[in-house]
Amino acid sequence: MNEKKDKLTKERRVSRRSMLKGMAAGAAAIAIPNTSDASIWDAFFQKHFREMNSSEVSAVIERLEREYSEKYKLPIEVKATKAIPGVKFGYGLDLSRCIGCRRCVYACVGENNQSRNPQIHWITVLTFKEGEKWVDLEEANKYYNPSKVPEPGHFYMPVQCQQCENPPCVKVCPTKATWKEDDGIVVIDYNWCIGCRYCMAACPYGARHFNWAEPGIPKEEINKSTHYLGNRPRYKGVVEKCTFCIQRTRHQPGRYTACVEICPVGARKFGNLLDPDSEIRYCIENKRVFRLKDDLNTNPKFFYFFAT
Amino acid sequence: MFDLIRNFFTALKALVKGSRTYYIWVGFLSFLAILGGGAYIVQLNKGLIVTAMRDQVSWGLYISNFTFLVGVAAAAVLLVVPAYIYNFKPIKEIVLFGEILAVTAIVMCIMFIIVDMGHPERVWHLLPIFGTMNFPRSLLAWDVIVLNSYLCLNIFIVFYVLYKISHNEEYSMTLVRPLVILSIPMAVSIHTVTAFLYNGLPSRPFWNASILAPRFIASAFCSGPALMLIIFQIIRKISRVEIDNKAIFKIAELIAYAMGLNLFLFGAEAFKEFYSGTVHVAPIKYMYFGLHGHVRLVPWMWTALACNVTAFLLFLSPKKREDFFFLNLACVLVITGVYIEKGMGLVVPGFVPGTLGEIYEYSPTDLEIMVTVGIWAVGALFYTLMLKMAVPIYVGDLRFSTSKNEKQ
Repeated sequence: MNEKKDKLTKERRVSRRSMLKGMAAGAAAIAIPNTSDASIWDAFFQKHFREMNSSEVSAVIERLEREYSEKYKLPIEVKATKAIPGVKFGYGLDLSRCIGCRRCVYACVGENNQSRNPQIHWITVLTFKEGEKWVDLEEANKYYNPSKVPEPGHFYMPVQCQQCENPPCVKVCPTKATWKEDDGIVVIDYNWCIGCRYCMAACPYGARHFNWAEPGIPKEEINKSTHYLGNRPRYKGVVEKCTFCIQRTRHQPGRYTACVEICPVGARKFGNLLDPDSEIRYCIENKRVFRLKDDLNTNPKFFYFFAT
Repeated sequence: MFDLIRNFFTALKALVKGSRTYYIWVGFLSFLAILGGGAYIVQLNKGLIVTAMRDQVSWGLYISNFTFLVGVAAAAVLLVVPAYIYNFKPIKEIVLFGEILAVTAIVMCIMFIIVDMGHPERVWHLLPIFGTMNFPRSLLAWDVIVLNSYLCLNIFIVFYVLYKISHNEEYSMTLVRPLVILSIPMAVSIHTVTAFLYNGLPSRPFWNASILAPRFIASAFCSGPALMLIIFQIIRKISRVEIDNKAIFKIAELIAYAMGLNLFLFGAEAFKEFYSGTVHVAPIKYMYFGLHGHVRLVPWMWTALACNVTAFLLFLSPKKREDFFFLNLACVLVITGVYIEKGMGLVVPGFVPGTLGEIYEYSPTDLEIMVTVGIWAVGALFYTLMLKMAVPIYVGDLRFSTSKNEKQ
């Protein structure tokens, strides 16, 4: 009975969609007579990622790969690897080790195809003066630029998406274009985001970034191995954020994110929170961990700690 | 069929024929609208980078105007309440013009949202059935619902009443009255929901104060009616519509109470923030005194406060508010004051300091201002054209023919 109802609503939805499609296509035929490229309409009518079945997903991915290869003149692979069962990713950051070198920032930019111009960084490294009010964000500085780090008398605190278990950004999104996956990663469907930026107002960690202009990435710096929900090239007018390198961590289980891999002092830890033997579990159980703005009940899976 | 064509031309004639002033006014507004349209095309091509908004302050002038206009739209209710509940006759007759203003304001709100979107062509993703509306979790989904329902309701009332009058038919009070009564809670709801949109974000302590929704409503009941008082006087001057002075003074008195409440709520908020002096005092400190040397909003906020207090005192005194010079001065002051306080004075401090403590001083670019002026021009044009039809119908100069009344 229920199945039948489901099917009915689905059919109705489809027919309404095709009706809308017909109307718009008709209007377009009048307005833009030269639009012979069907892919513009395929893109326009693309469904929400989570409403597509696997064959629809592969059709979309095929189209995206074609579009990207035309745009960047490179073969770009778009994966849609699903969450691995029994995995919930967690992250640890040792504040006593971080030297503020920002290697993580730029490794992330390269791995995740962030726009170079205008500049988008998913990781923000804050610096605080030692001995003053601790983690007083109003006194934080993210534009530090000394010739050498670490500067004496300063400590550093990198901030990125905290992958909240109770993410305020997901709650406020009017179109469900952002959601939390089964492995705990909060993702965005860049083809569904309308660019209203409500999520950016809702995020307490400044983790969400908007493509104010067409993202500019030099062709030779593109990472060709991408994920639909992660580092595939984005569009002008959509929001993006850290995805725990979903294209790596799901595809090759056990692989580190780019920021963990590059960190020269080993301040960054990453692993499966559900695995009692994981490094991240060890840190949480044995170090003095805290989470940023814990009072907001966002329940982050990003743990700061002091190992020494 | 013949009637339809003839009526279409009657209506067209009513719109096209007018005085020199009318042509100049419409021409002027169209010019601004085209300029704004051009600016918007540039924004569409280059992206929102042409605005001064950035990740730190991700909403700006557009959303400020949206917020102010929701208040204007909601204020139509202030006229409806005494008119239909207490049967205060002088106001009852002019409710129609208030409702046309509400329709205009909502249309402008929708335009401000559209120009703020990164992907306006994906707006259908918001709709139920076609898209994936995040209802009931997202307050933005609620806002879409209440704003559009309020728009439909007011369009229906306005068009139904005008249609009936213009065809020499009585309109049915049994139909109109419940709809008008319904529009009262709807007006309150559009404003409450818009306030909750900001209010529901714990990441922004300045907005996350429960005083926000009451303050929204109080200030809406100042700016909306003030705008209408000015419009009423213009209508009265250029047409044969009679608007009783009693109605105007009554509305002025109501603005005084609303502004009194607004100032009280502001005082309550200022006390809580400054006296407790927690880290959350930063946004309000930024507004009125500046933060770490960043003072861009300070002159604006004090101007707004001065405007509001002066207007309150003027409206409060029966002698002053019944003197048209002071009345109009007070109206202009209220509109200015609330426009600053509910626009940029509400949106920007939500983002300053940012969630990671950064201070980005936002000040709109010329292009952003052009788009904004363009939308205001479209709104004014829309209202003018609506009145161009509604006023002659209202005073009995414009009637449409039907085969039925020809038989009579």
